[in-house]
Amino acid sequence: MTRDLTATPVDGSAATHPPAGAATNTRVSAPPTPSTSARRTERTIGLLALVGTAATVWLGLWVTPPDKVQGDLVRLVYIHPGVAWVALYLAFGLAAVASLLYLWPRTRSLFWDRLAAAAVEVGVVFNICTLVSGSIWGKPTWGVWWAWDARLTSTAVLLVLFLGYLALRRVPAEPEVRARRSAFVALFAAVDIPIIHFSVNWWNTLHQGATVLNANLSPTIHGSMAWTLLLGFVALTLVFVWMLLVRYRIGALEDWLAANELDLALAERQAEGVAAGGAPVGSGPTDDFPTDRVGVA
Amino acid sequence: MAPAALPPSAVSLRDAVALSGRFPLLAGVDLEVAVGETVLVEGPNGAGKTSLLRVCAGLVPLASGHLSVLGLDPSRNRVGVRRRVGLLSHAAHLYDDLTVRENVRFAVRAAGGDVARIDPALERWGLVGRLAKTSAGKLSAGQRRRVALAVLTARWPELWLLDEPHAGLDASARLLLDQAVRDAAASGVTVLIASHEAGPVEDLAGRAVTVTGGRVTGTRDLVPVASPVADLGDVAPTDGPVAHVA
Amino acid sequence: MWRDAMLVAGKDLRIEGRSRVALSQVAPFGIVALVLFAFALGPDRQTMARGAPGLFWVAVLFCTVLAIQRSVSVESSDGARDGLRLSGIDPAGLYLGKAVAVAAQLVVLEALLTVGVVLLYGARIEVPWMIAVSCVLGTIGLAATGTLYGALSSGLRVRETLLPFLLLPIAAPVLLAGTRIWQSAMAGGVPAQGMQWLRLLVVFDAVYLAIGVVLFGPIQETA
Repeated sequence: MTRDLTATPVDGSAATHPPAGAATNTRVSAPPTPSTSARRTERTIGLLALVGTAATVWLGLWVTPPDKVQGDLVRLVYIHPGVAWVALYLAFGLAAVASLLYLWPRTRSLFWDRLAAAAVEVGVVFNICTLVSGSIWGKPTWGVWWAWDARLTSTAVLLVLFLGYLALRRVPAEPEVRARRSAFVALFAAVDIPIIHFSVNWWNTLHQGATVLNANLSPTIHGSMAWTLLLGFVALTLVFVWMLLVRYRIGALEDWLAANELDLALAERQAEGVAAGGAPVGSGPTDDFPTDRVGVA
Repeated sequence: MAPAALPPSAVSLRDAVALSGRFPLLAGVDLEVAVGETVLVEGPNGAGKTSLLRVCAGLVPLASGHLSVLGLDPSRNRVGVRRRVGLLSHAAHLYDDLTVRENVRFAVRAAGGDVARIDPALERWGLVGRLAKTSAGKLSAGQRRRVALAVLTARWPELWLLDEPHAGLDASARLLLDQAVRDAAASGVTVLIASHEAGPVEDLAGRAVTVTGGRVTGTRDLVPVASPVADLGDVAPTDGPVAHVA
Repeated sequence: MWRDAMLVAGKDLRIEGRSRVALSQVAPFGIVALVLFAFALGPDRQTMARGAPGLFWVAVLFCTVLAIQRSVSVESSDGARDGLRLSGIDPAGLYLGKAVAVAAQLVVLEALLTVGVVLLYGARIEVPWMIAVSCVLGTIGLAATGTLYGALSSGLRVRETLLPFLLLPIAAPVLLAGTRIWQSAMAGGVPAQGMQWLRLLVVFDAVYLAIGVVLFGPIQETA
């Protein structure tokens, strides 16, 4: 679904087209303000997420019955699979696809880069929640805080890769350079995670004499538990989407701020030239040439 | 009634903007250089002369505007442009652990040049004997520049971009350099020379463009001294000692 | 592409031959790592022998990081990286050349570390060819991913701290596979199990080499 979060088109590319004839010919564009429909969407999703989460908590903690085997511990099933699904598949998948779309020349746009970065950041939060909730669930169930099974290990490695992605983004660079670099890292991570998952799975099952920990914590689900589980999934997904939208909007504002600094710098730089003595002229019959825009590489 | 074909331009820039982070190196450059021209790019420090050459070499992508080098688009046909262009920059791109000879050999082979031209080039710049076997890390700045020039003359590309070529060279090397530029111009090579100091460099060029504040802000015609090629730009015929046309 | 690769590999190896960084700095570091591991695991030779495969590969990973850092920093002398770009050298050839040079250095280091592990930890090798093949395949994988990430972080001033952080999670499968193969090739192991891990290494190498050959050019222009 397409979201129109900007009224004035800010595609993040560097210089705005200068109107002809002015000595310092740049103009500062307006900050990207989300359209009313976008703002309404964001607010609705946020509200739904809040309601959904509250409902899940109420149903999960009070209404649904405890499990025969696991007791009250089973209530974590309303949270843990949900955050895991968001972190491992939704956030990661979105980041990978968005990075691919950024690198593909035809669909290249900083929108995808910002989306990927937002997805990764929110994904980190959900990832940590996954590990923590899994750990809390695991201690009473398996007796250990951590098990080296494929799922948990892949989640942990994904967290590290996510953090690497974010660390790389903090290095100061022009938005296109930063976007490309991040996109490559995301892509490599996307290739690596299945390999890691596969390897660790093998590692566990092939290791001679090792007790294969069945990390499948799922108890038997029926009736009201099933509905609550579904609600949990939906609510957490909505939370993710809402956080994604907000983070994206912040990212767009940050980029606009940075881009505006550029226009001011352009104006100053050109003023340098004017002050040095000489209105900008071309070395040939420039007035007759139409200026064609070259896309950002 | 067909109009005469325009001479192909070696370098064509229109409203070119190039960035380094947030800083605009070039803030809208318009420049046309014809094939075989020798053009002097002058301007104060920080004006954008080096950036202009780097853009023409395809090292710095344009943020907006139009650029064509030797008829090719550097962002599309990177290798094609780079094989035909030689940039002499402040750094000499040498590996400190390799000898002079090995450095030149690697650079020429990497650029797809002719290996047979290496020895004559080394001789031309006085990089023979013990000097040829010295590690690049031990060279002085002037010697490093000679090595870079040896690479350039061994490759002999179609477009030469020289950034402050005289800097760091002693008098004899400067003469060699001037001669090399003249030889290049005579063989139809296009040369762009960036320099912030006027003087001897002007003798080599047929035209000078001034760059300030990231834009081309002036142009004037020059008369090259002792150049074997007479038809360069608008040159007023003179006899006797040649005077600079301001 | 292959011509350019050989040219670059030759250049890197010649530089290594002159400066001898891998030999005089990285190799001793590997040995020091082995010694430290021995201190950490205690004097019980049985424990050390059992841990030998893993410790070997961890030491190799550390040496890989150093080797990659060195490979990248060679190009930062006097703007040599710009020089490589300017020459119009085939980026895929450049990638393969640098990877081959790193791989060559790593193979020598691994031979040294293998001897060290046998001597220091009392590890007993039953199927030497599996050890050798695992080292070769693992090295290819490490060189392929390392050169890729080295290029990605080459322009950054924080490269020293960022590169290990970025590279090691990606290289983890090599550690897993290498350790398993070694375990199956040592006294008390089942060689048949190691074969499957060898296949995993082949896939890993193929995937990342392909990625590197295709994407090295664009990455180079980014930095």
